[in-house]
Amino acid sequence: MKPPRFAYHDPVTRSEVLSLLEDYGDEAKVLAGGQSLVPLLNMRLAQPAHLVDINRLPDLSYIREVDNGLVIGALTRQRDIERSALVQSRCPLLARAISFIGHAPIRSRGTIGGSLVHADPAAELPAVLQALGGHVRVESLAGSREIPAQEFFVGPLETSLTSQELLTEVWLPAAPAFSGVAFVEVSRRHGDYALVGIAAQLTMDKDSTITMACLALMGVAETPLRLYEAEAALVGKRPDEQLFNAAAELSITNLDPEADLHASGEYRRAVAGVLINRALHMAVDHA
Amino acid sequence: MSEEDILPQQEKRVIQVRVNGIAYTAEAETRWLLSDFLRHTLHLTGTHVGCEHGVCGACTVIFNGAPIRSCLMFAVQADGGELLTVEGLAASDGTLHPLQQAFRQYHGLQCGFCTPGFLLATYALLQDNPDPNLSDEEIREAVSGNLCRCTGYQGIVAAVRHVLTQAKPELTVRGEPV
Repeated sequence: MKPPRFAYHDPVTRSEVLSLLEDYGDEAKVLAGGQSLVPLLNMRLAQPAHLVDINRLPDLSYIREVDNGLVIGALTRQRDIERSALVQSRCPLLARAISFIGHAPIRSRGTIGGSLVHADPAAELPAVLQALGGHVRVESLAGSREIPAQEFFVGPLETSLTSQELLTEVWLPAAPAFSGVAFVEVSRRHGDYALVGIAAQLTMDKDSTITMACLALMGVAETPLRLYEAEAALVGKRPDEQLFNAAAELSITNLDPEADLHASGEYRRAVAGVLINRALHMAVDHA
Repeated sequence: MSEEDILPQQEKRVIQVRVNGIAYTAEAETRWLLSDFLRHTLHLTGTHVGCEHGVCGACTVIFNGAPIRSCLMFAVQADGGELLTVEGLAASDGTLHPLQQAFRQYHGLQCGFCTPGFLLATYALLQDNPDPNLSDEEIREAVSGNLCRCTGYQGIVAAVRHVLTQAKPELTVRGEPV
């Protein structure tokens, strides 16, 4: 298993990258951490004519605090995010989710931008972006734009990024005070893609009333699935088992996950309900 | 039209890497995997290639201080970088690294195919977090990305535990400290 032939480009400036994407568009793939793309090349499931390696770009790797949250450069390694005190304190859901990605050597190379652009519906980072309602910044020679999470994920391994655009930055809102988070997944083996998983963040006021709920399921639909109905049902109420069961029930009623050789749709649907309930309990305990 | 006509000729580049403290300058096709470059060009065949898609962990090496899959990186991407492979663990007189010694003592290997990957993965753990009180779960997490079909992993966990609980494990390696 060896990669097919391609023209290799390793530009050192952002404008060179954008020019290459402008010139080659659909024929080019951007190489970030390579932890999904290189296996696809090795197995020849992907055969791009041009590979644009962005690892030599100096200014795409950072984690910065902004007024309302965190901005993270697209090339920031998952391992650096995992170890960031800023991420732990300002965006604990991201910190929690990231340890579920592959294994340490995968996270040394894997990047936040790469994982989002790959857009695997069972992957952790897309679920976090979707749950928290974050957005990504993308650039092309034509300019730059922000894409909110719910418009970014279009289908399995498909985003609204055009082939001329480079994802450069991710914005995630900071967790408000009195927030608790939980990230739970069921997978065949630790480190594998999840059969089903959930990212959850609950915010409460001093009377233990839920003021905000952010929930997204992974592995049950074509994109990570934000649970708006369940969120609305939770807000304004005090946490208890009955409420959580109702939120879980509401979420899975219209859920129709596809079956594959790892699990039936029925099983995924049932597990989703259990995980929603479990994650809500965990989030409350941590709030 | 044959493939030769429609595909671009693969470019070759001269790259420089330091492996186990030794500087190498060599030519690499831009599509060569780092694992193949180490094995076929530098003849450092200690790095083993199992699955070649990032699942088995046999090809794990240390790149610029972090454990990585050498089958999921191109050799040209390592240009200017620093690598540690299994060949760099033992002292120049052949004295085994404490980790290698412990793997032997605790039966942390049988056929040995996966061992280079396990050694580098656990080396990274010891560099990162050499806490003698690490739980078995934490040790297992550190090797969770490596597959072994012989040992059942018990001996590997015991070997790592042994090195962690040594009073002052000597963890430096030949050449530059990584």
